[in-house]
Amino acid sequence: MLLIRCPYCEEERPELEFRNAGEAHIARSTNLAAESDEDFEAFFFIRSNPKGLIYERWRHIHGCGRFFNAVRDTVSDKFVMTYKAGEPKPKLKEGSR
Amino acid sequence: MTASFRIAGAGRLTPARTARFTFDGKPYTGVAGDTLASALLANGVHLFGRSFKYHRPRGVLAAGSEEPNALVTVSRDAARKTPNVRATVQELYDGLDAISQNRWPSLSFDVGAVNDFGSPFFSAGFYYKTFMWPKVAWKSLYEPVIRAAAGLGVAPDQPDPDHYAARFAHCDVLVIGAGAAGLAAALAAAESGVRVILCDERADVGGALHFEKGAVIDGEAGWSWAQKTAARLAAMDNVRVLTRTTAFGYYAQNFVGLAERVTDHLSSPGHDLPRERLWQVRAKRVILAAGAIERHMVFADNDRPGIMLASAGRTYLNHYGVAVGRKVGVYTSNDSAYGAAVDLKKAGVEVAAIVDLRDNPTGKAVEEARALGIEVNHGRAVVSVGGRLRVSSMNIAPKNGGPSRTVDIDALLVSAGWTPSVHMFSQSRGKVAFDEATKRFLPGAYAQDCVSVGACNGTDSLEATVAEALKAGEKAAREAGGTAKGMKLKVDAAESWTGGVVGSAPGAGPDTTVKAFVDFQNDVTAKDIRQAVREGMRSIEHVKRFTTNGMASDQGKTSNLHGLAIAADALGKEMPEVGLTTFRPPFTPVTFGAIVNHARGPLFDPTRRTSIHPWAEANGAVFEDVGQWKRAWYYPKTGEDMHAAVNRECVTVRKTAGLFDASTLGKIEVVGPDAAKFMELLYTNPWEKLEPGRCRYGIMLREDGFIYDDGVVGRLAPDRFHVTTTTGGAARVMNMMEDYLQTEFPHLKVWLTSISEQWAVIAVQGPSARKILEPLVEGIDLSDAAMPHMSVREGRICGVPTRLFRMSFTGDRGFEVNVPADYGQAVWEALWAEGQKHGACAYGTEAMHVLRAEKGYIIVGQDTDGTVTPNDAGLDWAVGKKKTDFVGIRGLMRPDLVAKGRKQLVGLKTKDPKVVLEEGAQIVADPRQPVPMKMIGHVTSSYWSENCGRSIALALLAGGRDRVGETIYVPMPNGTIEAEVTGMVFFDEKGDRLNG
Amino acid sequence: MAKAATAAGTAALRRPAQAGREFSAPAAKVAVLPPAERISLRAPEASVAALSKALGVTLPQAPKKSASAKGRTALWLGPDEWLVIDETGGDPLADAAKIKDLHSAVGVSHRNVAFAVSGPGAEATINAGCPQDLSLTVFPVGACSRTVLGKIEIVLLRTAEEAFRVECWRSFSDYAFTFLSDAARDSAA
Repeated sequence: MLLIRCPYCEEERPELEFRNAGEAHIARSTNLAAESDEDFEAFFFIRSNPKGLIYERWRHIHGCGRFFNAVRDTVSDKFVMTYKAGEPKPKLKEGSR
Repeated sequence: MTASFRIAGAGRLTPARTARFTFDGKPYTGVAGDTLASALLANGVHLFGRSFKYHRPRGVLAAGSEEPNALVTVSRDAARKTPNVRATVQELYDGLDAISQNRWPSLSFDVGAVNDFGSPFFSAGFYYKTFMWPKVAWKSLYEPVIRAAAGLGVAPDQPDPDHYAARFAHCDVLVIGAGAAGLAAALAAAESGVRVILCDERADVGGALHFEKGAVIDGEAGWSWAQKTAARLAAMDNVRVLTRTTAFGYYAQNFVGLAERVTDHLSSPGHDLPRERLWQVRAKRVILAAGAIERHMVFADNDRPGIMLASAGRTYLNHYGVAVGRKVGVYTSNDSAYGAAVDLKKAGVEVAAIVDLRDNPTGKAVEEARALGIEVNHGRAVVSVGGRLRVSSMNIAPKNGGPSRTVDIDALLVSAGWTPSVHMFSQSRGKVAFDEATKRFLPGAYAQDCVSVGACNGTDSLEATVAEALKAGEKAAREAGGTAKGMKLKVDAAESWTGGVVGSAPGAGPDTTVKAFVDFQNDVTAKDIRQAVREGMRSIEHVKRFTTNGMASDQGKTSNLHGLAIAADALGKEMPEVGLTTFRPPFTPVTFGAIVNHARGPLFDPTRRTSIHPWAEANGAVFEDVGQWKRAWYYPKTGEDMHAAVNRECVTVRKTAGLFDASTLGKIEVVGPDAAKFMELLYTNPWEKLEPGRCRYGIMLREDGFIYDDGVVGRLAPDRFHVTTTTGGAARVMNMMEDYLQTEFPHLKVWLTSISEQWAVIAVQGPSARKILEPLVEGIDLSDAAMPHMSVREGRICGVPTRLFRMSFTGDRGFEVNVPADYGQAVWEALWAEGQKHGACAYGTEAMHVLRAEKGYIIVGQDTDGTVTPNDAGLDWAVGKKKTDFVGIRGLMRPDLVAKGRKQLVGLKTKDPKVVLEEGAQIVADPRQPVPMKMIGHVTSSYWSENCGRSIALALLAGGRDRVGETIYVPMPNGTIEAEVTGMVFFDEKGDRLNG
Repeated sequence: MAKAATAAGTAALRRPAQAGREFSAPAAKVAVLPPAERISLRAPEASVAALSKALGVTLPQAPKKSASAKGRTALWLGPDEWLVIDETGGDPLADAAKIKDLHSAVGVSHRNVAFAVSGPGAEATINAGCPQDLSLTVFPVGACSRTVLGKIEIVLLRTAEEAFRVECWRSFSDYAFTFLSDAARDSAA
């Protein structure tokens, strides 16, 4: 069971309190209805599924209830960092651990 | 029965404290503190069981959890019967009842032993090769026979009456293993003031001090120091000492699973204690002090009962006071076995000879043995042994060949050296590194905050081990915030366990056909491993799977390194090139009971009941499971079956009225100045213009355009909505709403609160609904003019607050009464009393389903399946055409979602009105087409409708609305059913009854 | 049990879930607590002062903190979320309604059921199913959190060194009581 630092609760909490919510930093267009099929496909269906660092969303669903973002290494399964929803995507180099 | 091999004055047990037990029905006596193995050995019993494949007689190899052979079944009663218990681990209690395994009809005469002689058929990979053809024979012939003949023990066929417990625990330092290293590390950490957990799989702490007698630590004999240190630790507030507790799994971020055996050693455990307790420990630092495991010698017939590890023979003597024989041979390649010979000799047991592979062994241990007059043969090997049910002699020959001589023995202690126990380190994802000098794998790169100390780290001397452990304990404590004191302990110990050999010993080399066992439990010989290589296996992972070496319940604790060495030799490669197999949890077998722990019976899964449940139960309701909820399914009167009850309920609702417990509906209160804006974005419908006091049926889509949930939404105030969801959708709808609110629309000033369980909901449906409600309601005008269909009012009912909805899921006049949950039953009872005056009934979920189907109202998740759009479901009217955004708006425009020929919801009327279609049945256009037929849809809902006097059904049908009036076919196993495609409304098509 | 007065003459009987249930083990006792008034309160930071004043209890603004005053306890559950529990018959919903500052107050008195878990084994009882570190340094008296217990969600409040208040949703209260009782049996270890 992983420990995940909730940026709102400001401490590490057991994974049981959390739920993964898919890839992060995929913004929903404010004019979604006008998007082309290709743009909508990219927005809704296409995910990066990287080997290495992934930016993903988690919800502290059985804790403070907040959605937040995390950078996790899909190889080592280690969290590099977590940050609040709405904060800019941190620039990290591959190999950051 | 006298325990004739118990040696007076030897060991640490109290002989007066006897314990009776049986083995294969025969009574024996042991001593409290014995294991089943030591007690049987004390009685001269060496034959413990039969091996897995060849049914060869087997004895005991070890004195600890690495035991591959001595597996028995221990029974307390018919239900509490544990197979595959290692006799070396099972502590003796008065009344213990054990039976041997893998033998028929008896242990000493076993029919299956013909496998031993037929062994060419059972060579490596025989499963893959032998039973290939004909295919049909596998199920009918091979599998049943193999399953009966093979397998390890028999599982109990009754539910486990014991209970199990669990605990999440946190500590600064977890120390795994309580030998000298673990104790020293734990002590150093504990004295630094941090939280420490120390665990050990054995009943007592001490580890190797169980058998090593000479060590002195801190001025005390090693064993005594260990016990005192454990007591000192246990008395500290910041320390928890767990014996009989196996660290079985090492997971991410120092999360370690421990299985504590609480009662398996007790004669009468009683019912208060759990049998086992699962500890899920989160440690800031982990110290691995797992010790090392002695390897056996791989030579011909090395599995004969009476042949065991030198350290085991020494443990039985020095701890249990049991001599493993009267005339003991020793076969070694390193110093450590000399200690066993010396201790036996000193205890008065004859040591026939020491056979040492080394050409010129020197040093204190060797000298001491010689000084005691023990014959030491150097440069020689034991090439074979005599005896079948018990070893009777050993044949000693020069290791490079030459004439042999036979020496009579009744036990043989072997040692090929020590393998550091890197299991937990490997589980932690640490990478082992091969130490060329000592030919062993040691912890290399660490992946987690842990450190190995002592023998598992390749540290050989006790002095160095204790120093290393103290340092590691203090370092870990310091890193966790403790204050280290620089603890030191004086250690005086002579023994050192370096050296040894890996792979096959002389006489079992590539040119031989002898059975020299590498893995005892899975009956894998050196020859099998060589064969695997010959047949093309190159990686040790392949060799392992082909031969099953290391795959039994002991997970190759004694065999892995030997197997690897033999494979490497056969491949002509170095051991690290061939690689070590990965160690995975569990370290030793863990019971399902411990894993399941509290989660059984009523705690397996929560059972949710509404506040009205007790009334329904008292009134004979039959319940159905809807997710975790128990919902009243129907309320049969005396003599009624389900069909009759549902028919009566359906007719009564339309004739007068019915009460329905709708409390399980999901309910969300949406509050804030931007509540309507939020609703606009989450639902397809328009909400801004919905007046407070009015309701609307809402549809929620996923972004892909498919229906996700639906429900009636009431606007209580400009800034407050009462949203209902489906029962099953409550949690996920709330989650999706929160997701959009927090991450896509965070600018909206609105909050969501789940009120599903705040309000009990009673649906009062039918022409008499208003008359039933009126006498009980205060402050709400129920007239059609004041409270039309699809409106909501707040007021009181039966003196308690209510949110009263005028709405209908039956098509008849209806209300849904929300009251605070604790009042649910009382208000229901009041409504019931009023209803009785009008002939109303209580109806369950089945009637609810029929009544809504009569009106063509869909159930999300039954009539939709995640690929259905509002248009497909005939609900286009609920999509706000002027809206510029809502979740799913873009998905709905996708080419496939607007294409012609999509499956649409329609009604079906069978040509024979008495025939009720099966839900899920497939639909075809032409029943005469060849198989496989083209499916054009399927039935989603189907019922007998007493109100319609016929069967009714809903179906998803390709181009369905264009097919209205057409005949479709439903092929079933006993004939094809014809049906006509219709609209979705079967009853009161104009909807007059909503105000009727 | 309280009967509500009504003009129509009918009186709805309140039937709290798990009423009267209690379990005692050597090291821990589990008992259902009487009904209480509760609101789920949501508000931005700007409204906290006014709401605190109206409610008579200072809404804590740090994770895991609670505050109590005159039988009313406010538990921080999230950065803009509090559970306010009133055990003295007050009406926090009405108090919050007096405030015009932006907020959402929703009555959840009947949604939750509360249990007291007390005794030297209280911490062990809860740790049978709750994965959080409940040691006094990490989860001191007054600490609170939404978390999990076995297979359900709970709100946990430490009321004393050896006492906790466990709140769960009504339909999970049977599970919660059964779980806590089962765990209490083993809490001496």
